[in-house]
Amino acid sequence: MDWNLILENSLKGFIGINAVYFAIAALGLNVQFGYTGLLNFGQAGFMACGAYGLGMTAHYFDISFWWGIPLGILFSVVLGLLMGIPTLRLRADYLAIVTIASAEIIRLVVRSVKFKTYFGGSDGINGFSSSFRALGNDFGINEADQYGFWPFKFTGRELWVLIVGWLIVAVFGFVVYKLMKSPWGRVLKAIREDEDAVKSLGKNVYSYKMQSLILGGVIGTVSGMIFALDRGSVQPDNYSRDLTFYILTALVLGGVAKVSGSIVGSMMFWGLFTFMDNFLRQVAKDPVSIGNVTIMKSTQVGQLNFILIGITLILLMVFRPQGMFGNRKEMAFDGR
Amino acid sequence: MDVERTYGEVATKARQSLRDVERSPGARKPNPILTADNIRREFGGIIAVDVDHFEVQEGSITALIGPNGAGKTTFFNLLTGFDQPNSGSWTFQGKDMSKVASHRTAALGMVRTFQLTKSLTKLSVIENMRLGATDQKGEKWWNGLFSAVWKGQEDEITEHADELLTRFQMIHMRDEYAGALSGGQRKLLEMARALMTNPTLVMLDEPMAGVNPALKQSLNEHIRGLRDQGMTVLFVEHDMDMVHDVSDWVIVMAEGRIIAEGTPDDIAKNSAVIDAYLGTRQGQSLLEGE
Repeated sequence: MDWNLILENSLKGFIGINAVYFAIAALGLNVQFGYTGLLNFGQAGFMACGAYGLGMTAHYFDISFWWGIPLGILFSVVLGLLMGIPTLRLRADYLAIVTIASAEIIRLVVRSVKFKTYFGGSDGINGFSSSFRALGNDFGINEADQYGFWPFKFTGRELWVLIVGWLIVAVFGFVVYKLMKSPWGRVLKAIREDEDAVKSLGKNVYSYKMQSLILGGVIGTVSGMIFALDRGSVQPDNYSRDLTFYILTALVLGGVAKVSGSIVGSMMFWGLFTFMDNFLRQVAKDPVSIGNVTIMKSTQVGQLNFILIGITLILLMVFRPQGMFGNRKEMAFDGR
Repeated sequence: MDVERTYGEVATKARQSLRDVERSPGARKPNPILTADNIRREFGGIIAVDVDHFEVQEGSITALIGPNGAGKTTFFNLLTGFDQPNSGSWTFQGKDMSKVASHRTAALGMVRTFQLTKSLTKLSVIENMRLGATDQKGEKWWNGLFSAVWKGQEDEITEHADELLTRFQMIHMRDEYAGALSGGQRKLLEMARALMTNPTLVMLDEPMAGVNPALKQSLNEHIRGLRDQGMTVLFVEHDMDMVHDVSDWVIVMAEGRIIAEGTPDDIAKNSAVIDAYLGTRQGQSLLEGE
């Protein structure tokens, strides 16, 4: 058993790029779900908006990569409006149905053969991120070099995405924190508690819900951009339902309606996930067996890992429903 | 046992202004703040509300009573824009309200509370109060990040909120979560929060439901206090003692229609109202001391 390797990979998972884009997406989801009570099950769709905004600059529009940022944001605003206009006047569960369906529609459209000229079909899009990496080189982080010390060793390419990513996490974390401390955030939290009461006090609930959906969506879009930049490619099947639900898991793990919850929850999710994966892989190097019965082969590690993640989440919900950073007092009055 | 009540200047004025009003359904008032005409609301085949004419005298406390299912709350919802009538029109301070969205009524000075209290349980009491203030600069998302823009206004709002909390004897609960309050305290909070909008017309949907007798007295005082400060109060209530005690004018609804109007004493004597809609036992308590 190579404990050094397990430790190194787990720590890297803890602060790595997966945790970064999860943290950004979870922040966006927190605005919608944690603070406003909007059940957005389509965060992957918003992330796809960002990724395809970047990708399409090279693949279809043939314009500078940097136009991809406003383009992706435009996509997600349009998506937010499309989702929100018909559903935000209805009860929360309808939004859940519409968002999960919209995200799937986006995935199926961008991977379809019919629209291959625009979105690259199931192959996705590659080769759009060179200007981003060139910028990293300009800042003196050579993408081919190795940086850091054990256990935090990264290539320049990874490091550059990490630096940009964590900066974005910090900026959005600050923005969300400040907004939720403001009267604007107070209206959102009040909407989460009771829409009619807020309406009777003269607030345009519909408009606030739309603002929340779009703000959360735009943050999710940026997360999708970081994801795409790290991979250097956009793959439609990366933006499927399970992505949304893993992000939701990370959010609940950290604690909803808390900025720190979204960030640390994502770090813990990936730290734990990587640790379990590496640990189980070491255990199953040789098939584990009792007598003649094989209990686990190395090919079964992935499945078992997801089972354990599921069990962890169930235990968390039973014994610590407010997550790691959630406010126990806030959770205690749930009207159940 | 007739409680000798002395009425303040405002209350006397309100009662005098209503003295010559006809005691009949849909009676015209000298100075109506809220009027409604031909309001009709149907749920499937059931006609929930069918009101020909309805007026509320400015500066008075008007009670809307009637048996369960009389359409009182539905009528309330229609007037505040929480529900749309099949037909009819209504005005507030002379302004046609048929096309006004429910969230705009508060800015115009018309605020309501709910039968089932809607305190925002995971917000603190003071945050509940602050939410009530209208026209907050910080409630625009582009201002949210820049606390300098809204800090001053927020301080004024907080001051106003503290005043109201003191008046409603809730100041000691200021920083508690609203979810930690008792049912009666939630009623008080909801009323105080409604006052944060600086309303001219306060509409209370069953303010006494689920409130213990001791608190009822102070709630009564608060409602009278609203009128004495120049606000108009319209409330729905089942508690006949409270209606008799507080209101200047009573409007009786049954089966979606207004069937009687008058001062509390008139209504108490109206045998048709008592027999048909309130039952004889409740009538006795109203007629006590006659």
